Order: sequence, then structure tokens, then C-alpha cells
Amino acid sequence: MQIIKDQKIVENTWTYIPDDTKLPAEISDITVSLSRWNEEYDKLEKYQGKVGIRINPDDSIESLPPSVMKAALIEVNFPVFTDGRSFSLAQLLRTRLKFKGEIRAVGQFMPDQIFYLSRVGVNSFALENQESLADAISMFDDFSDSYQASVN
Amino acid sequence: MYQYNDKDQTLIDERVAQFRGQTERFLRGEIGEDQFRALRLMNGLYIQTHAPMLRVAVPYGLLNSRKVRKLAEIARAYDKGYCHISTRQNVQYNWPELEKVPDILQELASVQMHAIQTSGNCLRNTTTDHLAGVAPDEIEDPRPYCEIIRQWTTFHPEFAYLPRKFKIAVSATTTDRAATQFHDIGVHLVKNESGDTGFRILAGGGLGRTPIIGKIIKPYLEKQHLLSYLEAILRVYNLHGRRDNKFKARIKILVKETGVEKFTEMVNAEWQQIKNGMELSEQRINDIKAHFAPPAYLTNADQDKSFALHKKQDSEFATWIKYNTADHKIAGYRAVFISLKAPDSPPGDITHTQLDAIADLSDQYSFGEIRTTHRQNLVLADVKQADLHQLWQNLNTLDLATPNIGTITDIICCPGLDFCSLANAGSIGITKQINEAIDNQDYIHDLGDIKINISGCMNGCAHQSVGHIGILGVDKKGVEWYQITLGGSSENEAAIGDRLGPAVAKEHVVKTITTILDVYIQQRLEDESFLNTVKRVGITPFKEQVYANH
Repeated sequence: MQIIKDQKIVENTWTYIPDDTKLPAEISDITVSLSRWNEEYDKLEKYQGKVGIRINPDDSIESLPPSVMKAALIEVNFPVFTDGRSFSLAQLLRTRLKFKGEIRAVGQFMPDQIFYLSRVGVNSFALENQESLADAISMFDDFSDSYQASVN
Repeated sequence: MYQYNDKDQTLIDERVAQFRGQTERFLRGEIGEDQFRALRLMNGLYIQTHAPMLRVAVPYGLLNSRKVRKLAEIARAYDKGYCHISTRQNVQYNWPELEKVPDILQELASVQMHAIQTSGNCLRNTTTDHLAGVAPDEIEDPRPYCEIIRQWTTFHPEFAYLPRKFKIAVSATTTDRAATQFHDIGVHLVKNESGDTGFRILAGGGLGRTPIIGKIIKPYLEKQHLLSYLEAILRVYNLHGRRDNKFKARIKILVKETGVEKFTEMVNAEWQQIKNGMELSEQRINDIKAHFAPPAYLTNADQDKSFALHKKQDSEFATWIKYNTADHKIAGYRAVFISLKAPDSPPGDITHTQLDAIADLSDQYSFGEIRTTHRQNLVLADVKQADLHQLWQNLNTLDLATPNIGTITDIICCPGLDFCSLANAGSIGITKQINEAIDNQDYIHDLGDIKINISGCMNGCAHQSVGHIGILGVDKKGVEWYQITLGGSSENEAAIGDRLGPAVAKEHVVKTITTILDVYIQQRLEDESFLNTVKRVGITPFKEQVYANH
């Protein structure tokens, strides 16, 4: 699968490991839920591959442990494209927690949302529809200016 | 009025291009129905009963003659020759073709207009007093702040997918003409003890299914913090507003369920984190204010003698002056209401020929500016008294001078079952029946200030719950019935109307209204207004009469 990262199409190296699935034996880049991150942090710290965290709209910024700053990737998940909480979560990850690493939109968002998402600090995009990647890249240029400050 | 700079123009041009692309992708099947729905709504496009409906933004209700001529041209070229003024001071077209909407938006962009965020779960058009800048009781012109809010809300990346729609209204006078207590956020310009202008902020008001009066959450906000405070409210709402139930998703429910104290704490905590760095500079405020500098008023306009003479000689003219004009802060000037409530036309509708004529009249008599009101009329705000008689004659020939502003036939009415796919019942037809039954001008004027608001469904687009008389269409097994409320008000003494009793059948609505009016006439003390009579005697006398024969 390919994703868009920093406005370029690149191969995805990350896999989300659901809570009921064991961590992979082979070394790879994985993300886990916030609850798993909290419960199995010791184990995850020792994991050989890179580890990231997937946050959902119900997760609050205040509930994130300090260790989240060490995450190699933070995914903001869209269960539905209309759930705008992820926009605020990304904004707060950048401005409140000063998270400098990769923030990736995953789930049911639309290519038409990537302009706004990039302005709140999301810098990579895992779009389910692989055919729309080239179109999506062009959407970073939908607007050449803005009335609001960007977090970038 | 505000003139776009290159950045403003570039942004709306780019928006047209973006939506053109989205429409083409939708027509090619590359965007799903649900996705396109969200995108088209944020460009003002609904799919209605008969055809799409396009809602064009009129930021804080301000237009000029060039824009009005463009609206007329669009009505001719893309619609059936007319359009409609909405209760959010916007303009609606009921018959555009989906495929041609990008062309319409391009036409609008050529006169600094757009349909951005006029629908959808996003930050909507900011509204204000239709007499802004000319009202004698104004603290300061609210429109520069409205424009600052317009820019902040436009394409705000974080708040484009809110739990539900979000509306902000600004008022700068002691008499609230912008229904600020029934908005998600109400902004009042106020002065503090040292005489500095700032804002009182209300949150959690709203109409619709659950009408609630907004609560003051910040008694005084220094003006440089306006945007950071709004941003804090929006962030709290975006993160905590309910998304599980569309009918409980407005900020009013969040404020109610959280409690206003706790909600205020959450907003203040967020605000403390962001207020530094988001300040509005005095320079920026002044730059925007310069766009709203007063026009070149004559200093001797009140010296004119003809106005008094015309009033004396022409009683029809005098009546029109009494009902359809308002005091102006400059001596010798008046603000003129153009009534879109002629008895035989649907409230708020206006034809392309009327639009063109109004554009000409505004150039001739009112510095080329026109305003829309939330009661679905238009205003020429700056007419000198010497011109009023001629203007009145011109408006008369256009059927735009019905002297009924603020009276029982100045009805707010939604499109209802005739146009809207959400409606349960007709509303335009009820308005027509009321107009046919109450057609004696002396009687109408004797009744005085009575506001009837009619909505065709619970969504309450015509704000029936705050009508002095509210009429709400409901569906009972496929038949149209109407619930009547009395005593609502969206003005300073904000109140939600009380239900009179069981809903009445369509054929009994007019009889019910005339009975209510009879009871008022019997009960009122001298020149007591309808609203005050209802407050004093309560709902029972009305109820007894209306249901006596049921």
C-alpha cells in the first residue's frame, strides 16, 4: 500500500496491530491503540521495530501519557469522515504537546480533507482508495493562502 | 462596505475551482453521495423537493448595487426569475441545476460574493443588526468585527466538521435586533467602566427543536482577544459536543448538559492556553474599520422643508414613513425598509426586475448600499428626508412599499412543504390565508407590533418559537396540522412562546389567529402591545376562546 507523506507518494511501512492480536514476531513498524500503549508500554519499549500509537476521536489530549512524545508515529483515526475531533486532536498534538514527529490520518477521511488536515499538522495520509493518490496530492494546492495561522 | 483585497479574491476564486472539480468528480461517480453531500453543503447547495437550492452568503446582511444586479442576473439566467431572502440574511435560489452551480459561483465571485459555509456542520454566516452603523443607540459599528469574524470563520481548518452547524450573531445596540440570545454564540459590544469598548459573550442559545436562551459566559472581553476566545469556545465544542444524536449536537445541549459554570471553566482554561499570540492588533481593527467609514452625509439634510409638507398632504406617505422607516443617527436621514411582504407574494421573495430597480434606487438615494434583514425584508439605510417621497413613489410602483413592517402581515415564513424536503406542512399557503383574512390596513395598524413566525417543521427555520404568535406545521398521519404558540420574542426580553393547546387543522388556522386577535383587542389596556397583553393576562383567555367550539 502507498501513502502520501510530506506531499509525496511513498510505500507504507506501518501496520496497526489490533488489541486482540499479538505483536508480530518479525521486526516491523507497528502502531497500537492508546490503551495498549498504556498497558503494555514496558513490552513495547523493548520491541525491536518502531512503535507508534493510534488515537481515536474519543481519546483526549489530556489523557495521553508523557511517553507519547516518544512515539515514532501518531495516527489520528477517522471512524467516519464527518468526525472533526481528529482535526482538533492533531492541532493540539502540535501546538500543546509540541509533538514534532509524523502525524498520519488513517481511516475514513476524504482526499478533499487533506488541505485542512495538513494545516492542523497532519503530514501523512493513508487513503484507502489507492487510485486517488495523485488527485489527492494536487489538493494540497487547493488554496494558496489562508485567513488562519497554520501550525506548520 | 468591505472591499476584497487580492487575498480575499484569490481565495474565493480558488474555492470555485475546488468545487467545480468536486462537482465533476461527483458527476463522474468518483465521489460518493455522502461525501459529496458534505462538500456541496459547505458550498451552500442543498438537494430539495423539486430541485437543488443554492444559498448565497450575504455577510452580515450587507450588499451593494453591483452585487444586487448580479443576483438579478443569476435569477434570470439560472433560476426562474426570482430569489428569496432567508432568516440568516442570506439569498436563496430554488431552481438552479446542479451542473451549473459552479458557473453560478463563478458569477458570484466576480462581484466579491460566494456561497461558502452557508450550510453544513460548520461555521455559518455571521449576522448582525440590519441598522448597523446608522442606529442612534449604537455603541460602535459592529460590522468591522463581523468582517473580522467572517475572515476567521472562512475555511477554518480545525472547525469544518463540527458536531452540528454553528451560528454567531453580533449586536452593538441596547435594542437587540439580531436575536443574539438565540445564537450558538452571541457577541454584544459593550463598554466597561473605563469607557473602553469590548465584548459580552453569550453561548448556548438556539432555536430549532429545543429553543434555549444563551447564557453569558464572559461579561467583558477585551477586544483584542475576540478571536482567541471564539476559538476556545469552538475547540471545546468540537471536542465535546455530542456526535451520537443529530438532535442533541448543537452547542446549546453541550452547555445545558455540562452546566454553564463547568462549560465556562472549560472555555476559560482553553483560552488561557491560546490567548497570547492570537491578539487582534489595533492596526488590524482600524484597517477593517476604514472599510466601514460613514458615507458623505449632507450636514444640512434636516433643513429640507418638503418632507414635512409631503407628510402633511399625503396620509399614505405618512403611514409608510411611520411603519417602513426608522430613525437615523444623522439628522435629516432615515433608514428605509423595503417590504418583501406584499399580501400576494410569498414572504421574502423578490423578482429580478425588483432587484434591478432596487439597485438603481440605492445608487440614486442611498450611497449604493442595500441590506437584508433577518425578518426577510431589505433596507436602504441612508436616505435623506428630501428624497423619501420620491423613493416611496418608486417603491410603490414596484409593489415594495406595503406599510406593514413590524405588523402582523410582516410574517417570517420558511419555504415549507412547497419547496423544502424536510417540511411536514405548508407555510407559504398559511401566510397567504392570513393575508386574505386580515386585509384591512387600519385594523392591521391598530393591532400594532405583532410578529407572526411560521415554520413548516420542527427545525424551525422561521423561528416560530420566538414569534409573538408562532405557527409550527406538524404532520399527523399525512395530514398537515399546526401548533400555535404565544408570547415568544427574540428581542431583549427574549422568551420562548407557550403552547396554546392541541394542534389545529389547516382549515382552522386562520380562524384561530383571528380569535387570538379578538381576545387581544378585548383584553388590551389602551395602547398595550400584544406581547405585553399576553404576558399580563397569560395564555388562558386565548386558550378558552380558541378551543371553545372544539
